[in-house]
Amino acid sequence: MTVFAPCCQPPLGLIPVTLTHYLIASALLFAIGLAGIMTRRNVLMILLCIELMFNAANLAFVAYARALGDLGGQVVVFFIITVAAAEVTVGLAIAVLLARQLKTLNADEVSLLKW
Amino acid sequence: MAETVFFYLFTTLMVLSALSVVFSRRPIYSVLSLLIAMFCLAALFVMLGAYLVAALQVLLYAGAVLVLFLFVIMLLNLEPEASARMRVFTLRTTGTLAALLLFFALFGILRGAGQPTPPGAQATPGTVESVGRLIFTTYLLPFELTSFLILAAIIGAVTLAKQHSNE
Amino acid sequence: MVAPPLLCWTILLAPFCAALLILLAGVHRKRFSAAVAIAALLTSFLAAGWVFLQALRDPAVLPCELSVSWISLPGFTVPFGILMDRLSLLMTLVVAGVGSAIFIYSIGYMAEDHAYSRFFGVLSLFAFSMLTIVLANNWIQLFIGWELVGCCSYLLIGHWYAKPAAAEAGKKAFMVNRVADFAFLLGILALWSVSSPIAAGRTFHFQTLQARLPELARAGPVPVTMLPLIGLLLFCGPLGKSAQFPLHVWLPDAMEGPTPVSALIHAATMVAAGVYLLCRSFWLFASVPSVMTIIMWVGGATAFLSACLALVEIDLKRILAYSTLSQLGYMVMALGLGGSVAGMYHLTTHAFFKALLFLAAGSVIHGTHEQDIRKLGGLVRSMPWTSAAFGIGGLALCGFPGLAGFFSKDEILVLAYERNAPLYWLGTITAGLTAFYIARAWFVAFMGREHAHGHESPPVMIGPLVLLAALSIVGGYLGIPRFLGELHGELHWEVAGISLAAVAGGLVLAWLLYGKRLVSPAKVVHALALPYSFLQRRYYIDEIYSWYVATIQQKIIAGLCAWVERNVIIGFAVNGTARLTRGMGQVIRLCQTGRVQTYVLAFLIGIIWLLSVPLRR
Repeated sequence: MTVFAPCCQPPLGLIPVTLTHYLIASALLFAIGLAGIMTRRNVLMILLCIELMFNAANLAFVAYARALGDLGGQVVVFFIITVAAAEVTVGLAIAVLLARQLKTLNADEVSLLKW
Repeated sequence: MAETVFFYLFTTLMVLSALSVVFSRRPIYSVLSLLIAMFCLAALFVMLGAYLVAALQVLLYAGAVLVLFLFVIMLLNLEPEASARMRVFTLRTTGTLAALLLFFALFGILRGAGQPTPPGAQATPGTVESVGRLIFTTYLLPFELTSFLILAAIIGAVTLAKQHSNE
Repeated sequence: MVAPPLLCWTILLAPFCAALLILLAGVHRKRFSAAVAIAALLTSFLAAGWVFLQALRDPAVLPCELSVSWISLPGFTVPFGILMDRLSLLMTLVVAGVGSAIFIYSIGYMAEDHAYSRFFGVLSLFAFSMLTIVLANNWIQLFIGWELVGCCSYLLIGHWYAKPAAAEAGKKAFMVNRVADFAFLLGILALWSVSSPIAAGRTFHFQTLQARLPELARAGPVPVTMLPLIGLLLFCGPLGKSAQFPLHVWLPDAMEGPTPVSALIHAATMVAAGVYLLCRSFWLFASVPSVMTIIMWVGGATAFLSACLALVEIDLKRILAYSTLSQLGYMVMALGLGGSVAGMYHLTTHAFFKALLFLAAGSVIHGTHEQDIRKLGGLVRSMPWTSAAFGIGGLALCGFPGLAGFFSKDEILVLAYERNAPLYWLGTITAGLTAFYIARAWFVAFMGREHAHGHESPPVMIGPLVLLAALSIVGGYLGIPRFLGELHGELHWEVAGISLAAVAGGLVLAWLLYGKRLVSPAKVVHALALPYSFLQRRYYIDEIYSWYVATIQQKIIAGLCAWVERNVIIGFAVNGTARLTRGMGQVIRLCQTGRVQTYVLAFLIGIIWLLSVPLRR
């Protein structure tokens, strides 16, 4: 992997902010969200981390929109926000239903499809 | 220069609050941390010239979605999460390591994709007018379809969460 | 002029058509099935007779061969055909002629039987199979006929299959024959494999083999030990089929079948098939003296030992069965000594008088419903025709001068006298024993006080008896040896004299013991208690065979096979596959934890791998 060859590329901290910086910030956010999904036991918290990942994607889109001069990236972000809102609505409704039926929001216990 | 400073400032804040989202024990803290992260993100959007999107981020995402989250959390009266039992420790560790691995992979890929400078002020800023024009001309169909999506989501949420009274 | 092909095929196929017809259309029609069977066999006989007359007029008619190609793969060609030469023509006449007489006799004997049509159907099938053996022009066809006669024999011995003894006897006959036929088949295949230096030239054909093999043996491609081995294996066929010692055990038990069956199959024709085979392939055996020695000693031993067993029998048919064994021993001994013509001659005359004896015995059984000679007696008065028939047959069997058996037995004894002294004495003693036991049967069953009431048999049964009696009388004057190709000189007076003395001694002894009752037979038995019981138990051979089957075969071999079947095949292969599949399923299902985070992890690993692809480049 080229990331472990530091002498090939100039260190990112000294040069002015480029597209790459934004993208790496987006990647970092994405990875943190992912770690959150893997780690959290509460279903609602998992949903929250998914929101975090959405935001990471938004950042990447906007950064590219700026870099390529195409406003279409921002339009996509517009739609992502809308869709995320709808998804959260339904997701939370399901979570409420889950809490009512199984009396638990622990992701480990929600395993009815287990072998 | 100012851009660099602001960038690092907001990014650090954002990452810290994101970590707080993931590692907070109390759900309310997580939600509020996410709120902060979204604000920082909106600031980054402004730096990138996406003004409409930044506004929408604050209005819709932070204002509506997270509030909805807060409502549900308070409705369900969540307890702070207990520490993980030994049984699922492997999953947690493996998951975190995998996420780290993913980051390094992305880092490696994106590092070579950089452009020298963002085009800067030459590019059309993402004002209400310019983005609006795009939405209502080129992307009209997805716009209309999104309204259907929202309708479906409303109906779905209401149906799912409805309490059936004894009939 | 050549023998017309259609006629020859008719000889072979007529009984087969009869069997087929009876099977399809005659199952409940008694008279129809009998008529069809008899008509078919008579057709074969008349056709063979016609060919015989042609051959007498014009010797160039024989040998004649007809052949249809049945299997022809490279290196493995089997024709289906007819080889008509003097040997097969003589045998055909015997089979068809004696067979027809016995078929006619069966009309009367089996009149009240429920499975009348089945009887005639299987009899026709048997006739066809026997003719297949006789007329075959290659080893495979002969073997097919061989097995078919074994099958028909099984069916006919077990004709009254509801009777356990009959079913057991059928099984025993078939299994003993099977053991012998296994070795026989090995011999045939060994012969085939050496029949040509190149693989594509191998053949089963008799005449080709006869022409080719002597040169091959001399020239070298055939290894020296191969011919004796082939000879020995081929001899195993007659060992089983002609019931030579030690595979003779099935023949006495085969008397459970109806008497016509005993007459036709187990006296005149099927058991003679072994002798016929030895004659047919005589050129092969004659070239291996070691095997010839074995053959003649086996024959001699069979003749003597069976005659001893007949001394102590009380069942009329069994006495005749052991007598058949003894005479078969004579024939095989003759062949071992090198006299194939003598063997065939005795086969022919034996067919006449043995069939006669069996049919007479059948007549007795039909009239008195009794087989134990102790319970019979005085039949001379109540069944004159039958008694006369039995008497003539018995005298022919002993070798009474002038009757058929005298000439043929003498030929054999002359051969033994010239070539092997111990066998000659064995043969002479056996002749004496033969006279004794048959006279014993005569005196006990036909003379003396009447114990069982018998009535004479119907004419349909007497007719064949008369015919066969006539043949037994004139059989020696028909010129059979000359027909087969041997011209012999005048009578050998010394041999004739000694054998007559032995016969006379046997007859007189029997008359003293059983006719005049000078000495009570019971006292003689008591004096010779040990040998008597040994003979009564038939040398304990049956016990040895049962022990072998029960212990070695069933416990050890079959037990081993059962163990392999249960544990290796079923346990390991069949159940093991099932268990393996189930086990794999149990392991794979552990992936389904039901938890979303596990699935996300799986996703993630896939994505990382995908992302790593551009990095690796």
